[in-house]
Amino acid sequence: METKHLTRLGLLTALALALSWAESTIPLSVSVPGVKLGLPNLVVVFALYRLGRREAWLLSLVRVALVAATFGNAFSLWYSLAGAVLSLLGMTALKAWGRLSPLGVSVAGGVLHNLGQILVAMAVLDSGAVLAFLPMLLLSGTVAGVCVGAAGGILVRRIRL
Amino acid sequence: MKQLRYDLILIALLLLLSAAAWLLLRPRGEGAVAVVTVDGAEAGRYPLSEDRTVWIESPGGYNLLTIAGGAAAVTEADCGDHTCVRTGEIRLDGQSIICLPHKVVITVEGGEADGVDLSAH
Ligand SMILES: [Zn+2]
Repeated sequence: METKHLTRLGLLTALALALSWAESTIPLSVSVPGVKLGLPNLVVVFALYRLGRREAWLLSLVRVALVAATFGNAFSLWYSLAGAVLSLLGMTALKAWGRLSPLGVSVAGGVLHNLGQILVAMAVLDSGAVLAFLPMLLLSGTVAGVCVGAAGGILVRRIRL
Repeated sequence: MKQLRYDLILIALLLLLSAAAWLLLRPRGEGAVAVVTVDGAEAGRYPLSEDRTVWIESPGGYNLLTIAGGAAAVTEADCGDHTCVRTGEIRLDGQSIICLPHKVVITVEGGEADGVDLSAH
């Protein structure tokens, strides 16, 4: 990787980290375990379209690790990781499919992020009780995905790095 | 703009899925007992009709379950995120309070009243 490329990636990772921190200070849907707005996904979507698949994965996974190391814990790491990996898998596949715009890809990413977390929660708690939160997780993932994707779509079109 | 059409189809599908999941999983009426599980194993069941506080010990720490006025709530806990405390009161069949760090799940179940409820519908 050339230096300029690496610098861009570092910058975007820092931005994603800042957004993770910002969203951790917003007490949104706090009654649902694991629900987040998915603000960092904005940067991941941008990286996916502007830098490439490998860079998006690297950025996202490094962000998860850094969040766990700075203001998360070993425990929240697994939830974030499951959400991030499932979301990345879905987003890279859907982008390759080519039918969806960055908006649609981001929506799918948001929903899959929540789905990944609910699956880990079910496994960890050994309980189906978490399923009661599924409708809210689907809805919040979709709405957040639309907001994040709309903003991300504009960034992908306007900003040249 | 063709991509946008697929975007809208995806969003519509997800909204439909949320609605379907809600219809399927929504609380079906008043609950009767609060069932406490710690790390997947049942740790106790308490009728919502009797006011009490229950100290729930788990490997991660404690949660204080308070049952009052036919509803259950976690009023105190030493977990990091306090999601369980912020969930507030639950009283309907199928509602849950979840403390992920402590692997504690408190679920309201219909209990005895369940069969009566079903036949009434
Ligand atoms: Zn808790």
